[in-house]
Formats: sequence, C-alpha cells, structure tokens
Amino acid sequence: MNIVKIEFDRCKECHYCMKFCPKKILVNGDKINKQGYYTPIITDMEECIACGTCARVCPEGAIEVMKDVVELRRQ
Amino acid sequence: MGEKVFMQGNAALSESAIRAGCKMFFGYPITPSSEMPEYYAEQAPGRDLVFVQAETEVAAFNMIAGAAAAGKRAMTGTAGPGFSLGQEAMSYMTAAGLPAVIVNVMRPGPADGEILASQGDYFQATKGGGHGDYNVICLTPYSVQEQVDMIREAFDLAEKYLNPVILLSDATLAKMRENVELPSETVTKEISFEGAVTGAKNRVHNVITTCGDGPVQWEAFNLRLQEKFQTIRENEQQWENIQTEDAKIVIVAFGSVARVALDTVKLARENGLKVGMIRPKRVWPFPEKAFKDMDDKKFFVVELNAGQMVEDVKLSVKNKEDVQFYGRLGGFTPTPVELYETIREWYPK
Amino acid sequence: MQVVYKRPSALQDNYFKYCGGCGHAIINKLIAEIIDEKGWLGDTIMVWPIGCSVYADQYFKTDSICALHGRAPALATGIKRALPRNLVVVYQGDGDMVSEGMSEIIHSAIRGEKFSVIFVNNAIYGMTGGQMAPTTLEGQKTSTTPYGKSVANEGAPVNMAELLSNITGCIYSERVAVNSPRNIAMTKKAIKKSLELQMEGKGMSFVEILSPCPTGWGLKPLKSLDFVEDNMIPVYPLGVFKDTEVDH
Repeated sequence: MNIVKIEFDRCKECHYCMKFCPKKILVNGDKINKQGYYTPIITDMEECIACGTCARVCPEGAIEVMKDVVELRRQ
Repeated sequence: MGEKVFMQGNAALSESAIRAGCKMFFGYPITPSSEMPEYYAEQAPGRDLVFVQAETEVAAFNMIAGAAAAGKRAMTGTAGPGFSLGQEAMSYMTAAGLPAVIVNVMRPGPADGEILASQGDYFQATKGGGHGDYNVICLTPYSVQEQVDMIREAFDLAEKYLNPVILLSDATLAKMRENVELPSETVTKEISFEGAVTGAKNRVHNVITTCGDGPVQWEAFNLRLQEKFQTIRENEQQWENIQTEDAKIVIVAFGSVARVALDTVKLARENGLKVGMIRPKRVWPFPEKAFKDMDDKKFFVVELNAGQMVEDVKLSVKNKEDVQFYGRLGGFTPTPVELYETIREWYPK
Repeated sequence: MQVVYKRPSALQDNYFKYCGGCGHAIINKLIAEIIDEKGWLGDTIMVWPIGCSVYADQYFKTDSICALHGRAPALATGIKRALPRNLVVVYQGDGDMVSEGMSEIIHSAIRGEKFSVIFVNNAIYGMTGGQMAPTTLEGQKTSTTPYGKSVANEGAPVNMAELLSNITGCIYSERVAVNSPRNIAMTKKAIKKSLELQMEGKGMSFVEILSPCPTGWGLKPLKSLDFVEDNMIPVYPLGVFKDTEVDH
C-alpha cells in the first residue's frame, strides 16, 4: 500500500492537495492543528496511486509520499 | 620604501586602494571624483581588477555592499549629490556589518551647486546621513600622501569593526598633484571577514539581514551596535597638534582648508600672535580628547561650509563662548591673510 | 518503500510564515528541490527582497543576504562579480522589482550580469497590506485603488518578461505560473533552466512566475488559483519570450 503522510501541524488548509488529487481521496479534516487550521485526512489510502501531486502542490511541503515498490513487484 | 611619484589625489588614492587589496570598484562618474572610476577602468586589464560603472549611485553603493558581503574589499567614490543617494545603503551597510569603503569628494551644495572644494557634507558624514542610530568612521586627509595612507587604513578599520568607513576628500585634495610615496606591498586577502556569504560549503550557512525580528531582538541588536560605536569613540580618535602648547588661539580645521590654516599659524606667529592648530585626522569619532587641558584657550574654527564641525568643537570645549567660526561657501577657499586678519579682528590683543 | 516526494532538505524545519496557499511557499520549495537534486547547497547565495519573502533567509540552509528594497540586482552584481563561480539567485516580488527596483533590474540585464532572477508576480503589494503594484490589473481593487485600478490614472499593467526579453544582456526570459500541478511542473523546469544556465557561466536569465496571493486579493486559496488562470494569464501570457540558445 502506498503511503501519504501529512505533517499535521504544518498545514494551512489551502485545499490545493484536495483539489488536485486525481483519486479524490483527500478531504477536509475535523481536527484543528497548532496553527489553527483543519488538516486534510485521507479517506482511503488503498486508493492512493502515489502520483505525488498532493505533495508537489502543497505550499508548505507538509506532505510526504512513498510508493510501495514491493507490492508493485508482486504484480 | 615604496616608490615616489608625483600624482593626483584621486589617482593616488585609487592606486593605494588597489595596493591595499581593493580589487573591486563600483561607481558612477561625478565631478570631482571621476578620476577614481577612470583609474580603475584603465588599470583593470592585467591587474585582475573588477570595475563596474553602475547606473546610479544608489546602485553603486548597493554593489559595494554586495561585494563586501561576499568577503571582498570594495570601494566606491562619489561627490555630494551621489553621496546623498547612497545614504540608505550607508544605514544598511552599518546594520549589516559590511566593511566597505566610501570616498566622498566634497563639493559645494546644497543640490548640484558647484564643483570646487567644500566641506558641507560634514553633518551628513558624521551624524549619519541615513536613517536610524548608526555611525561611520570618517577619515579626513589633507594631502595626497594622507589620502594614500588613510585609504589603506580605511579597509583595516572597516574590517576591524565590521563597519563601513568614509574617506572625506574635497575637490582641491582630489585634483591637486603632490609628491607622494606609494605603499610598496600589496595586501592579499582571501576573505575579508568570517560571516561573509560565499556559499555554505563545509560550514553552517551565513545570513546577512537588516530586518528585525521584534522589538526585543532589535533593541538588543541596536545596543550591541552602540557598544561598538562607543569602543570606536574611545579608541579611534585621531588628530594632529600644531604649536598648541603655548597658543592663545587654536585654529581648528580639517582637510584642504587645514593647509591654509597651517600657513595662517606661521603668519600669525611672525606677527607676534601665538596661534596654534588642532587638525582632526578623523572627524568621526570626533577628537574630543584633543580639547582636554585647553580650557584657557580660544578656538577659531575654519570650514568650507556654513558652520558644521564648529558644533562638535563647542561640545568639546569648556566654554562655547570661546569658540568662533569662519567659513566660506560657494567653492571659495580663504587665504592665510584672510584668516589672519579675521582672527585679528576678533582677538585684537 | 520508494520515496516519491519528501520535503526538500535544503529547507529548514521551521514553518513558513507565508499565508495559506501563497505562491511564494510553492516557489521557495521548488528552488529548494532543485538545490537538493543538483547538490548546489554549498554554492548557492540567495539574495532576498523586501516583501513577503523577506524572512526567507530563515527557511533555507543556504547562505542568504536580504537586500534593500529594489536593490537585490545591484547587491547581486557585487556578489557575482566577487564570486563568479557561485550560484547567485536574485528573488524579487513586484513591488521590489517593478517599482522600487526598476532601474536595477533593467541595468543588470543591460550589463548581462550572469545571475538568475526569479520574479514573483502576484499583481499586488502583499507585505505592506495589499496596495497597488505596477503589475496590478486594470479594474483590480487594492487598498490604494479601492474603486479599481484605472489605466488613465495609474497606468496599465507592465509585462516584465517581455520587457527584459528586449534587452540584449538578458539571454533567457520565460513566464510561468504556480496555479496548477502542470504549471508548477513548468515552473520547476524554468527555474532549473535558469540555474543551470548560470552554472554554465551564462546569464542573465529571467523567470517570471504568476503567483496567487489569497490574502491580498481577498480570495480563498482555491479561488485565487482561478484568479491567476482567468484574470492574470490573459494579461500575462505564459511562455518563453527569449532563449538565445534556440533563437538563432
């Protein structure tokens, strides 16, 4: 399974990641972070294709994306 | 022993700067300082010099700030109107701790005025022509030899205190030709100070900024700067006494008019009047120490302006009523006879 | 697990002070990514402006100097002439470059100074509270054009990438934007090209980047991306205006 890690307190709720995720798995969160913003959450990590778009558009650099290479090889 | 030459002030100063390891000159032509950029331009090939004729003095002052920030000795030369344009950069370089050197060849203002000698930029140079609480060491040569010696000293002082340094010249000093001995050794320095921005290879990165981070930090920063200026005040005053011990009247003069004052001392003594002279070699820090133990004397301040250094003299003596001022404007320099007769009028005894 | 994207190591760990959705943050990040990929951390000297990015020296692990308003190209001239082999990056916003520093940028191009210039165009003065910039669009409301900028009184927006492409000493001029993943990728390519040109000893190269300013424009970040697309790009077309390596 691919992994998307969002640094909870770094987010400023711009929603760019949510808008540009091709699989539409990023939605507005309900927990407020240290800077006063609602950090997005991932609805279904299994659907993530590790395209990295969310990480590249995030102005804060709050997102890290890892691709599950082992799973790829098994296929 | 360096070579002895007969050379013009601006050119000799530039040659001395090159031998002081100042290989970078950024400037904009303005009378009476243009021989400086011209000298660097002419000398550049074969001597590995960088000469950039900047588009404005605003740019030139910021260019020397950049070169200094990059750890290289750098200089600009200008005159009154150009010096005015550089004031924001003076404030900046002091706050940033950049050891650049600025030569201001004074000419009569205000505004474009005239192109002969003046000392009307004294306030601007010594009281901080730019905004904020800052000071800049200000050297005042009175001969081509002193221009040669002091420009070399300017770079050392700038690096010692991480502060810009001004050399105050004027149209007479800049254009006159005299015998001078040039320094025999050339200074070679890889980098002028440790905090320079040269690329963070194998070290923690350096940051040069003049923007504050809140009043607590900025006050602390300013207090450190003030401490530095106080140290400079205590240690870097420089002046020359000429026959002051038995003098009843002490002329106070700097720069080109000090040469006239020197002849005035001779003339007065020939006529039985005991006159001496204090010649500041640096006007910031002002040589207050020169006036100690002179409470019994009267002071005759001569300047090529409407009365600027005289204020600092009044602050330095016991009794400001004992200070008289004589000045010429428009580009005129008084003669020794003119000065002697004025002294006689005011102190007939 | 293979890393697809990780926060660039050329950036420090602190949080950006930029507003949420600010284009500066995206652009700062791109520069850091390129420095990482090329291993240029020890060569880089960033020259920052007065504007919203004034504190960017706190975000980078490179040597940095913050210039006086408008004077970054003059400061950078001194630095690059002193250290010709270093990577000197001039970073300016529209107030800094197009207003205060118009003379400095034009003359740096005239002299063909061999550094890279990154110009962030958000059609407003962000840091001082949203006043008009020379790049503000006709009709755009700002705090000094509360009824909308009028060409008759304030002048029309100025196109810097085109202006500089007309100066011989500017060897590369491109306009990009950071309002979409595709445009962000193009921006990274353009910045990389500019930095590579410098490391090959060439310059001056110029990259203008249309950037969202949600706070200044009074728009939510996503809407500000639309503003770039619908309002700015028609006035400031994207593309390469000069590439001397290709043009002949």
